[in-house]
Amino acid sequence: MSKGTLFDKVWELHTVGTLPSGQTQLFIGLHLIHEVTSPQAFAMLRERGLKVLFPERTVATVDHIVPTDNQARPFVDTLAEEMMQALEHNASYNNITFYNIGSGNQGIVHVIAPEQGLTQPGMTIACGDSHTSTHGAFGAIAFGIGTSQVRDVLASQTLALAKLKVRKIEVNGALKPGVYAKDIILHVIRTLGVKGGVGYAYEFAGTTFDAMNMEERMTVCNMAIEGGARCGYVNPDQVTYDYLKGRDFAPKSQDWDKAVAWWDSIKTDDNAEYDDVVVFKAEDIPPTVTWGITPGQGIGVDQQVPTPEQLSEDDRVIAQEAYKYMDLAPGQSIEGTKIDVCFIGSCTNGRISDLREAAKIAKGRQVASGIKAFVVPGSERVKKQAEEEGLDKIFVEAGFEWREAGCSMCLAMNPDKLEGRQISASSSNRNFKGRQGSASGRTLLMSPAMVAAAAVKGQVFDVRELV
Amino acid sequence: MPSEVKSVSGRAIPLVGNDIDTDRIIPARFLRCVTFDGLGAHAFEDDRIALKGQHAFDQPQYQGANILVVNRNFGCGSSREHAPQALAKWGITAVVGESFAEIFFGNCVAMGVPCMTADSETVKQLQDLITVNPEISVTVNLETMEVQCNDFTGAVSINEGARNMFVSGSWDACGQLVAQAEQVKATAAKLPYIAWK
Ligand code: SF4
Repeated sequence: MSKGTLFDKVWELHTVGTLPSGQTQLFIGLHLIHEVTSPQAFAMLRERGLKVLFPERTVATVDHIVPTDNQARPFVDTLAEEMMQALEHNASYNNITFYNIGSGNQGIVHVIAPEQGLTQPGMTIACGDSHTSTHGAFGAIAFGIGTSQVRDVLASQTLALAKLKVRKIEVNGALKPGVYAKDIILHVIRTLGVKGGVGYAYEFAGTTFDAMNMEERMTVCNMAIEGGARCGYVNPDQVTYDYLKGRDFAPKSQDWDKAVAWWDSIKTDDNAEYDDVVVFKAEDIPPTVTWGITPGQGIGVDQQVPTPEQLSEDDRVIAQEAYKYMDLAPGQSIEGTKIDVCFIGSCTNGRISDLREAAKIAKGRQVASGIKAFVVPGSERVKKQAEEEGLDKIFVEAGFEWREAGCSMCLAMNPDKLEGRQISASSSNRNFKGRQGSASGRTLLMSPAMVAAAAVKGQVFDVRELV
Repeated sequence: MPSEVKSVSGRAIPLVGNDIDTDRIIPARFLRCVTFDGLGAHAFEDDRIALKGQHAFDQPQYQGANILVVNRNFGCGSSREHAPQALAKWGITAVVGESFAEIFFGNCVAMGVPCMTADSETVKQLQDLITVNPEISVTVNLETMEVQCNDFTGAVSINEGARNMFVSGSWDACGQLVAQAEQVKATAAKLPYIAWK
């Protein structure tokens, strides 16, 4: 049993009581909703005659279904339009703040809450979306939940949950040039497995994390769920406070000092106890690329697709499925794999620092012929900032398309999709079969800089040669 | 009001494979909806198209079966409740497998669908038995914590909290949570950030 970690403290402070099942009733400090998982929850509420208990603690935006090119209403896709109207209605009827398209604040839910300062240390945060773990970067305990639980949070501002164990994942040292936060988390998942984290919260610590900016921490926490951990977090520090200060919803004047004192008090104690500790060295981590159909099927860009003999027995069945689906042979180098589509964006890597890194690679180069490459900012604010810095011009001059904010091809619930057997280099978080909109489409996950490198070379390419 | 789930019986469907994710259970394009009705017809749609009628959900011998027998890490991937909802609308009332992704498991609890784990040997035997004889009746018992299929009996497990919720009929937490509104407000009042401007 862990003791004295941030997870333990925040859990304790938000505990309302113990339910007959033995689960904890946990207060949720911030609830984020979007168009995909909320309409059924509001319907369940209506069926039971329940009201939203704390409407001021829920914030809504729209991200998954929004087209990233033509955003004129009504949407061409009538189903998407129907979802949009349901959210608009539910938000206004229940007095919930809604950041709609064109508000200047719309974007992927896990991008907008941090950038507006809604996400703060010590909070419990829930959203009907598995990548809610992102918000843990601030030292919040943030969970993805299902629709019935969205209903529970709307109705009671609480969830019925069993406490997780805590595993410390310590990474120390400096990353080599061309290696990014995305590579760290792909490396961790590759090492511990896609279900290695089931039952755990991951505390990310060590000097590598100390040196990271908030956006890098978000990238890592975002994919904790791909390693099976329902939440991942980094203890708050001066980097966190500097990021938050002055943001729309950050505490102001005297409250700010109180907040910093409280945030300091909820950090993991020096003598905290963990259920498990795993240590990595940053210098051992290469630019990492997935070759298969789970985010755990990753290898260094200069490595070969593993042969069955190199894998544990457990991993062989899914590897066989992956060779076939991906059309990659065991022992084949991943570098040099021809690419059709390059996608830069998503809640993993659609923030301003991601676009800056990708732009550095794109600058002065040209997207290889026959490649469709596009950049989708994570939010309207990211888009505006990028345009102020001229990143859009760099991308467009290099031959990338520059789009409006949304989830885009990360899960292709909107017009951005792979077609047929197309293979994509993506900065998103999931390479599952069919994830990017074509039932036979293929996805290679990598850092945004690596995606930009793939775009200009037309194939998987080691970005270390371009930085 | 929710009812007690002490055991589930019926015919079963073997679905062999590890890491079957929620995108495969219900492809994202079917998430463009404002109700869960009608999702059942689209369960595993892309896998079924790819297998041209050979997917277990298409095979005539498994039509009408209500217990799903799966392998490792079933339901990994997105938090979409559309996935268990699609299975439930298709007619699944219990799942037995080697392991389940956490959010998927929690969603199933909230819907009253128990996901029971068993060791890989037990799961394999069950899958073999059902494959050989699809008409065979399977019973998953949450009181004895056993799965039974003719002469074969294997141990199953589920965490104690979830088991209590099913057996006592309290798996739908919503009513219990709402009943504590006063304590919820008291807890909120003690959290410093609630008052910050
Ligand atoms: S960007 Fe992708 S993973 Fe993130 S919220 Fe959108 S669809 Fe989900």
